[in-house]
Amino acid sequence: MVQYITEGLLEEIAQTLSLENVSGTDAGITRATGVYVSDLLSDVMGQAHSGEIWVTVQSHLNVVAVAALKELSAVIICQSREVAPAVAARAKGEGVVLFRTPLSAYEVCGKLWELGLRRAA
Amino acid sequence: MTIEPLEQLVQSFEIAGQDFSRAGEVSSKIRRILQQIGAPVETIRRTSVATYEAEMNVVIHAQSGRIDLSADRCAIQITVSDVGPGIVDLDLAMQPGYSTASEEVREMGFGAGMGLSNMARCADDLSIDSVVGQGTTVKMQFRTNG
Repeated sequence: MVQYITEGLLEEIAQTLSLENVSGTDAGITRATGVYVSDLLSDVMGQAHSGEIWVTVQSHLNVVAVAALKELSAVIICQSREVAPAVAARAKGEGVVLFRTPLSAYEVCGKLWELGLRRAA
Repeated sequence: MTIEPLEQLVQSFEIAGQDFSRAGEVSSKIRRILQQIGAPVETIRRTSVATYEAEMNVVIHAQSGRIDLSADRCAIQITVSDVGPGIVDLDLAMQPGYSTASEEVREMGFGAGMGLSNMARCADDLSIDSVVGQGTTVKMQFRTNG
């Protein structure tokens, strides 16, 4: 079991949760500093902090724009929602890491909480 | 310590209404420009959020629009003007949670009624002029000294 206190390496988090990297963006040594969950884009624009992982069921192009503008560390798209090739390509172009999982947002957040991730300071 | 002054900068961008595939592009361009001219990170963050919200309002509600950016050492000025339906009741529109967006747009996660309040929070100055049936102009200023 990986132990984190306030932040974790994206790659290790992806491995632990068996996340699929659908954009093929190199997660490299990016660290996630927290988590925000929402399906409302303006809520994320207003409330998420840079460096956080965004957990959502939205998977359209504007998700990439929001993630890039807010400098989020990654987006986890839940419930195996389809990610169009154009969305994956845009994400890669913008350097946004897009993960996908069959898990629900609740389960993803539960697991991230277990890993020790909280809101970014 | 000497602080490098920001370059004087004036630039305009067109926004196509209803085109969700390109929505957010102008905000991303403006963010890159502000990074290139060395604007403070915190000012860039606030400007990006507010500009994105204003751009999305044009895409969601209007036929077309434009964003004018001007920046100098002290402040960034963003003016977003559109040809569109205008805002019937500005006080109501400013209330968090109020939205006139369609059901279809809401399913995409837009139209939560937080756009204008996000803009008001991020900008140091915000003014909105709207004429029903003609369009809306939003002016925002972001000071670079924090």
